[in-house]
Amino acid sequence: MKYGLQFRDVFAAWEFLLEGLAVTLALSVCTMVLGFFLGLACACARTYGGARFKQAVTVYIETIRNTPLLVQIFLLYFGLPSLGLRLEGFDAALIALVINLGAYSTEIIRAGLEAIPKSQIEAGQSLGLTPWQIFRYIIVFPALKAMYPALSSQFILLMLATSVVSQISVQDLFHVGSIIQSRTFRDFEVYTVIGCIYLALAFMMRGVFAVIYRQVFAR
Amino acid sequence: MIREFGTGDIVYLVFAARWTLALTALAFAGGAIVGLTLAVLRISQLAPLRFLASLYIQIVQGTPLLVWLFLFYFGLSIAGLPVNAWTAAALAYSIYGGAFLGEIWRGALIAVAPTQWEAGASLGLTYVQQMRHIIIPQAVRIATPPTIGFLVQLIKNTSLAATIGFVELTREGQLTSASTYKPFAVYITVACIYFLICFPLTQWSRRLEERFNVAR
Repeated sequence: MKYGLQFRDVFAAWEFLLEGLAVTLALSVCTMVLGFFLGLACACARTYGGARFKQAVTVYIETIRNTPLLVQIFLLYFGLPSLGLRLEGFDAALIALVINLGAYSTEIIRAGLEAIPKSQIEAGQSLGLTPWQIFRYIIVFPALKAMYPALSSQFILLMLATSVVSQISVQDLFHVGSIIQSRTFRDFEVYTVIGCIYLALAFMMRGVFAVIYRQVFAR
Repeated sequence: MIREFGTGDIVYLVFAARWTLALTALAFAGGAIVGLTLAVLRISQLAPLRFLASLYIQIVQGTPLLVWLFLFYFGLSIAGLPVNAWTAAALAYSIYGGAFLGEIWRGALIAVAPTQWEAGASLGLTYVQQMRHIIIPQAVRIATPPTIGFLVQLIKNTSLAATIGFVELTREGQLTSASTYKPFAVYITVACIYFLICFPLTQWSRRLEERFNVAR
């Protein structure tokens, strides 16, 4: 029997898809902002902090980077309640994603900070700048420029990875897709549409990041 | 029936990891075939081939792996093939892995100095011979650390196959958690097993990279 593709039922649920898209976007943006600052804090602790700090950050990074995101999410969502801490799906997902992105961005930000030649920092010191002034006027801008490409592709990977939160019933784009699938039985069509939406999002993010780069760094 | 989470369950989970490793091996093999093809196409002299390969990579790297898994899992039945988690996972991971390995290996191929190609050509070697005897041996050295790095990503990402009912480490964890009702202990154990598999590989990749940087 030949199968005819029918997208009508999928597109009929466009409002529902938009709701899912909003959740995916909210989750991605919140994670990017919080994850970046977590990474920045850890990178600073690792680059400028004492041995104790360095060790703690290393343990954190290696633990997160060598275990799957899905298991981290399950641990927070299903595991923590048995220790008496019950989290809402969205909160558990957000915390897991922030912790995950924090570990990856630490490495990227650290590489950016270390890309600043020592001689420039010493030049600042010899001019009598305070450590904060050195950070503000010498380190931040070139470091951001150095880490920008890696960080922006990490952000896109993160946006795609948020689809995993559907597995703890957060109503993101992917989960909305599964619900439409169970209502319409148009499996293949649903996931094609969902895939295309993610693809469009990824391209849009790439475009936005490129524009920001040109505006801010390419002078 | 609820039972205790004991040593037996831990042993069971450790053994479930063999399916994680089997799926990783399958995914890596399939991804390597796709990736090698893409890498060669990406450095081809013909612009349309370069474009097609790059389009493929852009599309796959711009969609979640979960979408590929579900597309293949449900798409197989449309194509008239039996629905089978193994086949769906093997196909989805090959497509996905190929896109990333293709980029890594293309980078390694173009990192070999162009004069090496010219040297081969001046010795009268054909394109295939240049590739086989001059370029690939050098590119392999460059590509090894990031390839191992991606292998770690692949091992972690096989956990997503649990969502289509593929019984590997994470799925086994879900099942054990449901029957023992000790989710925290179960998922910590699962995470530890992943860590024990991935961490040595991460370290190995880092050491190779350091050695390579020193050699240069």
